[in-house]
Amino acid sequence: MLAQFGFGVFVLTFLLALFSVGGAVLGYFSKSDRWVETARRAMLLTFPLITLAVLTLTYLLVTGHYELQYVYSVTSNDMPFYLKITALWGGQAGSLVLWSWLMSAFASAVTLRKWERDRELLPWVIVVTSITLAFFLSLSILYENPFARWWQTAAGEFVPHMFAPAGAIPVSPADGQGLNPLLRHPGMIIHPPMLYLGFVAFVIPFAFAIAALVTNRSDDRWIRLTRRWTLVAWLFLSLGLVLGMRWAYDVLGWGGYWGWDPVEISALMPWLTGTAFLHSVMIQEKRGMFKQWNMLLIILTYALVIFGTFLTRSGVLSSVHAFAQSAIGPMFFAFIGITFIISVALLIYRWRDLRAEVEMTSLFSREALFLLNNLLFMGVLIVCFWGVIFPLISELVTGQKVTVGPPFYQRANAPLFGALMALMGIAPLSAWGKSTFQTLGRALWKPSIPSAIVPVVLAILGVRNWIALVGFTLVAFVVFVTMFEFWRGARVRQKRNNENFLVALWQLAGRNRRRYGGYLIHLSMVVMAIGILGMELYQTTTQKTLAVGENIQIAGYTLRYDSLAQFPYTDGRIVTRAVVSVFRGGKYLGELYPRYDYYPNGQPMTIAGVRSTLADDLYVVLVNWENVSVAQAPFKVYHNPLVNWLWIGSLMFVLGFLVAAWPEREEEEREGKI
Amino acid sequence: MKKRNMLLLTFYFLLMAAALIPGVAVSAQQPTPSDDEVNAIARQLYCPVCENTPLDVCPTTACHQWRELIRQMLAEGKSAAEIKQFFMDYYGARVLSEPPRTGINWLVYVVPPVAFLAGVYMLFRAFLTWKRLAKESVTGTDHSSSPGSGSEPDKGSRTAADDEYAIRFEEELRKRQ
Repeated sequence: MLAQFGFGVFVLTFLLALFSVGGAVLGYFSKSDRWVETARRAMLLTFPLITLAVLTLTYLLVTGHYELQYVYSVTSNDMPFYLKITALWGGQAGSLVLWSWLMSAFASAVTLRKWERDRELLPWVIVVTSITLAFFLSLSILYENPFARWWQTAAGEFVPHMFAPAGAIPVSPADGQGLNPLLRHPGMIIHPPMLYLGFVAFVIPFAFAIAALVTNRSDDRWIRLTRRWTLVAWLFLSLGLVLGMRWAYDVLGWGGYWGWDPVEISALMPWLTGTAFLHSVMIQEKRGMFKQWNMLLIILTYALVIFGTFLTRSGVLSSVHAFAQSAIGPMFFAFIGITFIISVALLIYRWRDLRAEVEMTSLFSREALFLLNNLLFMGVLIVCFWGVIFPLISELVTGQKVTVGPPFYQRANAPLFGALMALMGIAPLSAWGKSTFQTLGRALWKPSIPSAIVPVVLAILGVRNWIALVGFTLVAFVVFVTMFEFWRGARVRQKRNNENFLVALWQLAGRNRRRYGGYLIHLSMVVMAIGILGMELYQTTTQKTLAVGENIQIAGYTLRYDSLAQFPYTDGRIVTRAVVSVFRGGKYLGELYPRYDYYPNGQPMTIAGVRSTLADDLYVVLVNWENVSVAQAPFKVYHNPLVNWLWIGSLMFVLGFLVAAWPEREEEEREGKI
Repeated sequence: MKKRNMLLLTFYFLLMAAALIPGVAVSAQQPTPSDDEVNAIARQLYCPVCENTPLDVCPTTACHQWRELIRQMLAEGKSAAEIKQFFMDYYGARVLSEPPRTGINWLVYVVPPVAFLAGVYMLFRAFLTWKRLAKESVTGTDHSSSPGSGSEPDKGSRTAADDEYAIRFEEELRKRQ
C-alpha cells in the first residue's frame, strides 16, 4: 500500500513538472503573469511531493519491506539503522530518486522568490529545471522504479513489477541482500549526495543561461544572479570528488586514491568545465568579454553532468552492448543529445548579440591568461572525454575492447596540470586590460626568486626526478605569489590606514573576499598537489608472505607480523585481523591492524592498517586473495609519501570557499542576489 | 592462432598445477620469483574479467591464477614483454593498460594533442583578430587611453591598466569605501 502511495506521488510529481513546463511556456508567450505564477507554484509543489515519496521509501527501507525489489537489494536485517537510511542512494533506483529530490529542492529554492526584477527570466528557469526534473522522474517511473515489488510468475520466475503480472503471486522474502560492503564506509555514505548536490546545483546557472539566451539578455545579469549557485555547485562537486578519493584510499585496498577509472572521470569532467567557467565569468563581469564562451562552458557543464550520470547508470562503460540492452541508456542518450543540440542552436542564434563589449589587446593581460587557463582545462577535458569514450568506439568499430588506463591520462594530463599551476602563479600578478611582458615581469620577479631556490635545495637534498623538481618549484611559486599578494595588499592598507599589519591583512581579505578566498583556494590546490606529486612519483610497494615473527622492509620501515585473529562481529560479518608491529631505525613506532571482513552475503571488504604522518603513510593490507593462516599471512605494504597533504589541501579548500562565497554586505544590497 | 594459444595456456596451467603439488615442484628452473617481481608485471596488466582493475590488486580467483601464471613464466625465464604479449594474444588488447599503438588505436594518442593544438591555433587567431579590431576601433573613435587609471577598468573602457600595484589598490579601496 505504501509502495503504491509512493509511486502515485512520483507520477503526480512528474505530471506537475510537465504542467509547470507548459504553464511557463504559455505564460511567456502569452505574456501572462498568472500562468507564470501558476507554473512557479507547480514547480514549488514538486519539492514537498518528492520529499513525501522519499520519506515513504526511507520508511520502507528502515522497516525491512523486502517485498520491494529495491529494499531487498540494498538492505538486510543485520544492517544498522543509519545504513538503512543511506541505502536510499545505495542502488541505481534510489540514486535516481535522490537526483530528482535534490533537483526539486534546488529548483524550488530558486523559484521561491518571485523574481520581480528579473521576471522575464523566470519562465525559462522553470522550463529548464522542470524538464530536467521530469526527465529524472520519468526514469524512476518507467525504468528504475524503487517501489516495484517481487512477484512469482506462473512459470516460477521472480520478477520485480509495480503491478501484478497475469497469474503472478506476491513474494515477501524474510531478509534482504544488504548494502554492498564497499558502500558502508562514511566516505561513500556522504560522497554520492555531495556529488549529486554538485551535479544538480550546476543545473541552476545553466537554467539561467538558457533563460538569458531565450530572452536575449546579453548582459552579465544571469552570471551575477547565479554566482553563488555556481560556487555551491563547484564546492559540492569538489567535495564529492575528494570524498570519493578518500573512500577509494580507505576501502579499496590498493594503496591509491585515484585510478583514472571512467566513473571517477565522469565526475571530474563537469568539474573541469565548471572550474573553467568560474574563472571565465570573472572576465565577463569585469570586462564584458567571453560572453559566448561562458554560455558554451555552462552548456557543456550541464551536458557533462547528465553525461556523467549516464555513464555510471547506463551500463555503457562495461560494454556498448550492455548500453543497448539497458533501458535507461537510450533515454539518457536521447536527453543529452536533444538538450545539447537545442542549447547550442540557441547559442548560435544569439551569437552576434553576445559579442564582447571590448576586445582583448594584450597576450599578457589577466583576461588573456584566464583564457589560456580555460584552454588548458579544455585540454584536460578532451583527454578525459576521449579516454573514456575511446574503448566504446574501439568496440563499435573493431568489436574488440581496449583499456585506456592511468598511464595514458598521467602522460597526457601531467603537462597540462603543470601549466595550470604555473598560470595559478602568474595570473594573479597580471593586470586587466593592457599589460605587457615588462609589467608582468616586474610583478613576477620578487616571488620568482625564492621559488628558484626551491629546486636547488631539493637537488642538494638528493631529489633527482626532474618532474618532482619542476612540480615542487611550481608549488613553491604559487605559494610565494599568493603570500606576496597578501603581503603587499596588507602593506598598502597598513600605510594608507595606519593599521596594524595583522588587522590590515584581516581587513584586506574581508574587503575582497572573492579575490582572497580565491587565493586561498589556489593555495589549497597546490597543497593538494604536494600530496599528488608525492604519491605519483615516490610511492613504493612490496608484498610478502610472512610467518609469525618475520619482517618485511619498506622505505626505512620494518614491519613484523605478530598475530592473526578471526572473530564474528555483531552485524554478522567475520573479521580477520592481523597485528603488525612497526619499527623505524630499530625504534618501535606502534601496531597496525590490517584486516578484511566477510559479510554474510559473501562480499569481502579490505581495511588497510595505516600509520599516517605529514611525511608519509604506511599502508598495510592483509591480502585476502592469497592463503591466509595464523602461521603465515601475506601482506602488501605501500609507502605513500606526502599523501596527507592531499587531505589537508581539501580542508583548506573548504576554508577558501567559505571566504570566497561569504556574502559581502554592500554587494548583496547592490546586486539583490539569490 | 587461437588453438595454439589454448594449447599454450593449458600447458601453463598443467605446469602450474604440478608446481603446486608438494614435492613435485618443477626443478631445473630459476628460484621462485617473489611477489614483488610478479606484481611488477601484473601491475601493467588489467584483469580480463573485472572492469578497470589492475591484475596486481584484483581479488578474484581467476586473477590469482593469472598471477601464478606470471610467476611460472618468470621462473621459466620469460621476459616481461613476452609475458605481456602472451596475455594479449590470449585475452586481447584489453589486458594492456593502454591500447597498442596499431590501427585505429592510434586515434587515442593522436586526437587529444591535435585537438589541443587546434585550440591553441584558434585562440591565437582570435587574439590577432581582437587586436586588429581594437586597433581599428581606437583609431576610428580616437579614444586615447589614460594610463594609471587602475587595473580593473569598467567594462567598455579601453584604457591601459597601469600595473603599479599601489595605485591599483588605492583605486580599489576607494571604490569599495
